[in-house]
Amino acid sequence: MSKQQIYHALKVDNNICYGCTHCMSVCPTDAIRINEGKALILKKRCVDCGECLKACPVDAIYVEQDDWDNIFDYECRVALVPAVFTGQFPTSISEEEIFSMMKELGFTHVFQAEFMVDVLNELLDGQIQRKPEKPLISTFCPSVVRLIQVKFPSLIDHIASVKPPVDASTAFYRKLLAAQGIPEKQIGIFYITPCAAKIAAIKGIGKDGEAVINGVINMSYLYNKLYTRIKNSKKEMRQLPVLPHLSSKAIQWSLTRGEADNMKGNCLAVDEIHNVIEFLEHLEDEDIPKVDFLELRACDQGCAGGVLLHGNRFLTVERMKRRAKQLGSENGHVNWKDHKDIIEDKDLFISKVNPLPAMTLDEDFAEALKKMERIRNLMCYLPGIDCGACGSPNCQALAEDIVQGKANLSNCVFLQRMMEKSNKLSSEHAIRIIEKTWGKDRLSKDCKKLGAKNEGM
Amino acid sequence: MEFIYEVEGGNFIKAGNASSAVKKTLKQLNVDPKIVKRTVVALYEAEVNIVAHAYRGSITVNINARSIRIILDDDGPGIPDIELAMRQGYSTASPKVREMGFGAGMGLPNIKKNVDELNMSSIVNKGTKVEMITYL
Ligand SMILES: Nc1ncnc2c1ncn2[C@@H]1O[C@H](COP(=O)(O)OP(=O)(O)OP(=O)(O)O)[C@@H](O)[C@H]1O
Ligand code: SF4
Ligand code: SF4
Ligand SMILES: [Mg+2]
Repeated sequence: MSKQQIYHALKVDNNICYGCTHCMSVCPTDAIRINEGKALILKKRCVDCGECLKACPVDAIYVEQDDWDNIFDYECRVALVPAVFTGQFPTSISEEEIFSMMKELGFTHVFQAEFMVDVLNELLDGQIQRKPEKPLISTFCPSVVRLIQVKFPSLIDHIASVKPPVDASTAFYRKLLAAQGIPEKQIGIFYITPCAAKIAAIKGIGKDGEAVINGVINMSYLYNKLYTRIKNSKKEMRQLPVLPHLSSKAIQWSLTRGEADNMKGNCLAVDEIHNVIEFLEHLEDEDIPKVDFLELRACDQGCAGGVLLHGNRFLTVERMKRRAKQLGSENGHVNWKDHKDIIEDKDLFISKVNPLPAMTLDEDFAEALKKMERIRNLMCYLPGIDCGACGSPNCQALAEDIVQGKANLSNCVFLQRMMEKSNKLSSEHAIRIIEKTWGKDRLSKDCKKLGAKNEGM
Repeated sequence: MEFIYEVEGGNFIKAGNASSAVKKTLKQLNVDPKIVKRTVVALYEAEVNIVAHAYRGSITVNINARSIRIILDDDGPGIPDIELAMRQGYSTASPKVREMGFGAGMGLPNIKKNVDELNMSSIVNKGTKVEMITYL
């Protein structure tokens, strides 16, 4: 459980962040604090769900991506695109057109992330039947997997061992290209990601020396690049690439119920991170009637609600359903069985998922007990207003931060007043404390801040 | 360390609140997930029994380095024959309660299975006291 293993793609741009607490209050794992006027993401707790990014009023939270030019380090430049990518474009633009334009941008190959869905579907069905821990939980959404590691370690054994489609499709395509005689070193596979979680998952693996995916490009970045091109295209005839069409099932796989509707047995789908947490709490209490398979997604509407998608998620779902219908009649089903010989077990199964509990007070029980006692005592003094003005998301979190030695009782702005009243704290000292949390000159007049007289000047 | 929770009879919407709170605490204390699970399942059953069968009750949880000791004390009809009540499948649940998915007569046996020690006492027309202990 070494620290380096935890990679996060969500970053705070300190030049933009003005310490407004919005992200801190929405974070479902209480992973954000404000320090010196800037948001700070606690790596151990972050599950890369992207709620903070959605909440930030000034786009100070961003998703780190690889440099676009990195693709040119390879001769064979593969874009691995999930179906939600095309789902953002109007259905009048065909997949072939979108993909051909991606080639004009520099990719040599375009391949679909959901290509392996049928294989994985079969494997999951098998696991549903065999696994004693019911329900089987899908590995599809990496944010959910991380959430279970961090907050629900007791449910780890429920996680399926079947790879998510992106990973399996990458492994497959790499081999397909190698079989065509392309040297391994020349193959660069770049995943077009809808979210931070996928990046974190991809960068987190490969520690066994095997780079599966060579880089990640943000979907919003590519969307902008492509859309500009479409808008300015002179409608010359393009040579459209021939692509293996996805089945209608595969196209809808990343949407809510995409998996659940295709699995055998009693299947349930829950989307949106807070809903997922609520459901997992129930699952832990065992007050859920028998469910065989659980599809859990951090985003509302599944990947159509990914933080890096452009446009309204409901419209994206609608368009994807329409695309799926069109394809259904085209009968573009790919028969992966034609290539069965190149697929190995390691392309289809993940290695063991380890618990990474981050909500505990101390690894040592006796120590944790002591800390909890102190917290309960501190909570007698904290006002319970949960305003976040201390730089922690709520009073309980401040109490925890205090016993962990990361904050002081005097960080609470209300207790400061009480301390000043009883002469335990000078007003200069109180201001210094506030500046430590909220940054220097935070309380000075500033007409350029959001909503003020000269906003944005 | 002691925690006390109140339980309201007949309110199935709130049934499980105490169990959830205790679970959160045990997780923060880094108690072995398997023990957390066992304890919470047992507590949940006992909590629902108060909601389903009694008028009101309290739950007192004591945690120390050696054990988790939980006492559920209720005002209610009491249990005339504890041995009988402990049998798998025995239930006096009304059809209405059964409709809600309770009343399989599995609660008490399930509690017994999940804790290290279970002591019950009851006075008819007065109430029931359940003590369960899990060693750490
Ligand atoms: N706190 C209580 N007060 C009064 N009677 C109780 C109490 N707890 C249990 N009983 C009696 O014991 C019987 C068996 O309890 P048990 O929990 O095993 O089953 P149940 O509650 O009827 O059904 P289930 O728990 O499976 O939903 C109950 O039907 C009820 O008559
Ligand atoms: S939401 Fe506020 S505190 Fe968080 S990163 Fe954005 S500006 Fe900073
Ligand atoms: S639902 Fe999809 S887009 Fe959202 S975090 Fe999970 S994998 Fe990423
Ligand atoms: Mg019962």
